[in-house]
Amino acid sequence: MEEPHALLTAFQTAAENVSAVVSRVHSMEAAICYAMELCETREACQLLVSGCESRLSDPAEKLCDHKQTKVLAAPLISEEDIILMGTLCAQNGVRLVRKGLRDHLAGIDMGFTIADFGIAETGTLVIDSSSEDVRLATMISEVHVAVLPSGRIRQTSYDLEEELRNRFGTAPNYYAFITGASRTADIERVLALGVHGPLELHILVLEED
Amino acid sequence: MQEAKSLKDYRQEVGKALGNEFQRQAMDKFAVAYRASRQKAFAGMDVASLVDDVARSKDAALSEMDALLSEFKRRAAEAGVTVHEARTAAEANAIIARIARDNQVRSVIKSKSMTAEEILLNHHLEAEGLEVTETDLGEWIIQLRHEGPSHMVMPAIHLSRYQVADLFGDVTGHRQEADIERLVKVARRELRQKFVLADMGVSGANFAIADTGTIGLITNEGNARLVTTLPRIHVALVGLEKLVPTLKDALRILRILPRNATGQAISSYVTWITGTNECTVTADGRKQMHIVFLDNGRRALAADPVFAQVLRCVRCGACANVCPVYRMVGGHQYGHIYIGAIGLIITYFFHGRDKARNLVQNCINCGACKEVCAAGIDLPQLIKEVHARVQDTEGHPIKSLMLAKVLKSRKLFHTLLRSAKIAQKPVTGGTPYLRHLPQIFAKEHNFRALPAIAKTPFRDRWSRIAPQVSSPRCRVALFSGCVQDFVYPGQLEAAVKLMAAEHVAVEFPMEQSCCGLPVEMMAEKEAAEQVARQNVAAMDADCFDYIVTLCASCASHLKQAYPRILGKDPVWSARAVDFAAKVLPFSVFMHDVLDVPATAFRGSGTKVTYHAPCHLCRGLGVTEAPRELIRRSGAAFLPADEELTCCGFGGTYSSKFPEISAQILNKKLEDVSRTGADILVTECPGCVMQLRGGAHRRGDPIAVMHLAELLERNKKTIPG
Repeated sequence: MEEPHALLTAFQTAAENVSAVVSRVHSMEAAICYAMELCETREACQLLVSGCESRLSDPAEKLCDHKQTKVLAAPLISEEDIILMGTLCAQNGVRLVRKGLRDHLAGIDMGFTIADFGIAETGTLVIDSSSEDVRLATMISEVHVAVLPSGRIRQTSYDLEEELRNRFGTAPNYYAFITGASRTADIERVLALGVHGPLELHILVLEED
Repeated sequence: MQEAKSLKDYRQEVGKALGNEFQRQAMDKFAVAYRASRQKAFAGMDVASLVDDVARSKDAALSEMDALLSEFKRRAAEAGVTVHEARTAAEANAIIARIARDNQVRSVIKSKSMTAEEILLNHHLEAEGLEVTETDLGEWIIQLRHEGPSHMVMPAIHLSRYQVADLFGDVTGHRQEADIERLVKVARRELRQKFVLADMGVSGANFAIADTGTIGLITNEGNARLVTTLPRIHVALVGLEKLVPTLKDALRILRILPRNATGQAISSYVTWITGTNECTVTADGRKQMHIVFLDNGRRALAADPVFAQVLRCVRCGACANVCPVYRMVGGHQYGHIYIGAIGLIITYFFHGRDKARNLVQNCINCGACKEVCAAGIDLPQLIKEVHARVQDTEGHPIKSLMLAKVLKSRKLFHTLLRSAKIAQKPVTGGTPYLRHLPQIFAKEHNFRALPAIAKTPFRDRWSRIAPQVSSPRCRVALFSGCVQDFVYPGQLEAAVKLMAAEHVAVEFPMEQSCCGLPVEMMAEKEAAEQVARQNVAAMDADCFDYIVTLCASCASHLKQAYPRILGKDPVWSARAVDFAAKVLPFSVFMHDVLDVPATAFRGSGTKVTYHAPCHLCRGLGVTEAPRELIRRSGAAFLPADEELTCCGFGGTYSSKFPEISAQILNKKLEDVSRTGADILVTECPGCVMQLRGGAHRRGDPIAVMHLAELLERNKKTIPG
C-alpha cells in the first residue's frame, strides 16, 4: 500500500480538483477554530452566496424569513469538544445546534462533521449518516466543514469494501460518499455549485501526533 | 419523446430539430468537450479490462436475477423495508399510488429516476390528485415545461439559460435574469420549501445490493439525499436489472459510471441506504420505506440469448454523447423515453414496436457508441437486430426485399449495375458525377454530387491489367467491394500497381460479390448470410496469404461479421473463420506486412489531411497505419479536428436520412477545410463518395482521394 504521506497528498489533490478546500490541522481545537473563523467571514444566512437577490415565489420567500441568526450545526461533536465550540459560538453570536436540525430547514450556515474515512483516488469523504441530524448538517448547510483523521484515508473505494460491507450488514444505516460541493451542470452544461447541498466543502485533515 | 407514426413523419420532425440552432451549437460543444473530459477521467486506467469486469459481473447477476431478488427481499424485510414487485408499468404506478393513498400523502418529491420516466409515474400520481415535484434541476425544468428528458444524465441539455430564466419567471412570478449561477440558486430556494412540505419521497436506485439489502444512489446535486431524508415515507423504484450480489459489484460500476457519463472521477454524492433509517417526524422515529422492483419486460429480456446484454446498461448516457446522429437531432428525436443507442434498443422492449419502428432505422452504424459503452454492449449490432425483429413481424419493405433479392444473385446484381451505367448517360453529361439525380432520388439527396458508374468496371479491366510477378513475397486475393468495382476502379488499379511493385502476387477472384453489409443494415439477415457464403466460396483461404480490401466497411464486415453470420452454419462456420483471419485492410497490409519504406516515394510536400473511416478506426481499431503511410509518401500531414468522427455516409443510411447525413458531412468538411490541406485522403470508397461529392457541391478547393491513389501518385518511378 501507499505511504501515509502519499495517500494524504493524493487525497488532497483529488479533493481540490473538485473544488473542496483542504487544510491540515494538528488538533481538534485547531479544527474548531478554523470553522469558527470561516463562519465569521460569512454574512448571516449566506445571503449573497445562496442568492437572496433574486425574488422568489411567496412560499419560498416565507421559508427564508424563518431564519435570522447564524446557525452552526455540529451533531457529531464530542462532549469534550463542545465546550470550546460552545464558547466560541457564544462569543461570536452564532447559534450552536447539536440535534433537532429539522427545525432549521430554512438553512444552516455551517455544518461541522467528522468523517469516517477518506478515499484518496477521488478525494471522497465517507460519512456514516445514519443519524438524521448528520444527514441534514451535511445537506442543508451552506458550508460543510468536515474533519478527516489522516489515518482513515484509503487509496480506493475497494480498500473500504470489507469495512463497509460489514457496516451495511447491521441495518439500518445510511452512508454517504461526499466528493466536493453539491454541483449541477443542468443548464447549458455550465458548472454551478450548491444546487441543493453545501456551496462549499472544507476538509480539515487531522494529523494527530 | 419520439412518437411519430410513420417514417415520413419522423423524418419531418428530425428536419425541424436540425433547424434548432441553439441545440445544434450546444450539441457540438458538448460532443467535443465530452471526449476530452472522458479521456482525462480515465487517464492511467485500464478501461478495457474495467469494462470487461463490469460486463462479466452484470451478466452473472442477470443470470441469477430471481435468486438475488429473494436474497434482497429477505435482507430488506429484516431491516424493516416493504418490498413490492411490479410486473408492468401499470402495476408499479398502482403500487406507488396505493402507498400514497394509504398514508394520506398529498405532496411527493422525486429525485431523478429513468425508471420513473419509463413508467410515466408523475402523470399517474398527478392523476391521483397528488402534487409531484422533480427536484433534480434538469428534471424540474423539463417537468415545468411538460417535456421528456433529452438526455439520460442531462435531461434539459436542449434548453438555453434564456428559456430557463423565462420559465423560472413564470414559477416565481418575478422576472429572472438569465444568469446561470442565479438561476441555480433560485431553484435551490424554490425547491427547498417543496422538500419541507413533502410527505413522500420517490427515488430510483443505481444499485440494489442483495447480500445486505442496500440501495445505492449516484447524484451530483444531493437532492436524492434530501428526498430520502426529509419526507416520512421513502419509495425507491428499481428495475430488476439493478440487482447485484455484493457491494464489490456496485463499487466496480461506480468506478466507471461517473467517469463515462460526465468525465467525473466520482459524482458529488453516492448514498447507500440499508433499512428504515431514523426519521424524527414519525411516531416510531423510523422512516417508512418501500422498494418497488419493476419487471416491465426485464425478466424476458434477461432470458433472451441475443438481447440479455442490454440489461448490463448502467445508464451513463455515453452512447448518446458520442453519437453523430444524436449530436445533430438531439434527444427528443433520438429516443422515446430512453435516449441514445441504448434507447433505440430498449424502447422496443419497454415501450413496444410502435415506438421503436422509426427510431431503430436512425443508426448510421459508425460504432462510436460501442467503443465507449461502460458495459461493453454491442449497441450497433443490437439496433440492427431490433430492426430485423420489427421487419420480421411487420413484413419487409419492398425496397429492402428488392435489394436482398438482387444481392443474393451476383450475376443479377452486376447486370443491373452495368445497365445502370447505360441508363445514367443522359444525366452525367460526360462528367464523373451524375448531373441530375435520377427520379428515385428526391432533392434532399442533392447535398453531394453522386458519382457516375464507371465506363468499365474493375472486373472487366482485370485481365488487361493483372500483373505478372515472379517469385512473389506473398499471395493476395483482392476483394473489391461493389463501389470500387463499379464506381472507382481506379482506386483498385492504383493498389494493384503498388502491390506488384512490392513483388506481391495479386489475384482477383471473379465470383466475389457485394460483402453484404448493405443488406445487413437493412435487416435482411437471410440475404446477408447467403452473400457471405458466396464470398467465402469465391476465395479459398488456403490459396492466399492475405485477403486485402480497400474498403473499410467491407474489411470490417468480412473480418468481424462473417464468423458471426455464418457461425451457426455447420458447413461454413469454420471456413468463415479461416477466411476472416486473412482479411486485412489495405493500409495495414502496406504498413504492417509490406512495411513500404519512405524511400519508395518522392517527397511531394503536398498538404494532406485524413478522414478515418468508422469501420477502420473503430471497427478494426486501425488508426496509425494510414497516417504513417501518408507521412511516408512524402506529404505534409495536417490532422483535422475530429478526424475519427463519421462523415455521414453510413451506406444506405445516407439515402434514408439524407438531411442528417448532409449535416454530418458539412461539419466534417468544415473541419477538413480548416486544415488548409490540398488533398483529403481516406481509406473507404463510401467515404470518398460522400466527401468528394460534398466538397464538389460546396465548391471546396480540395481533392478527395483514396489512400491508394495518394501513394500511387507519390510513388517513385523506378527505372528498368
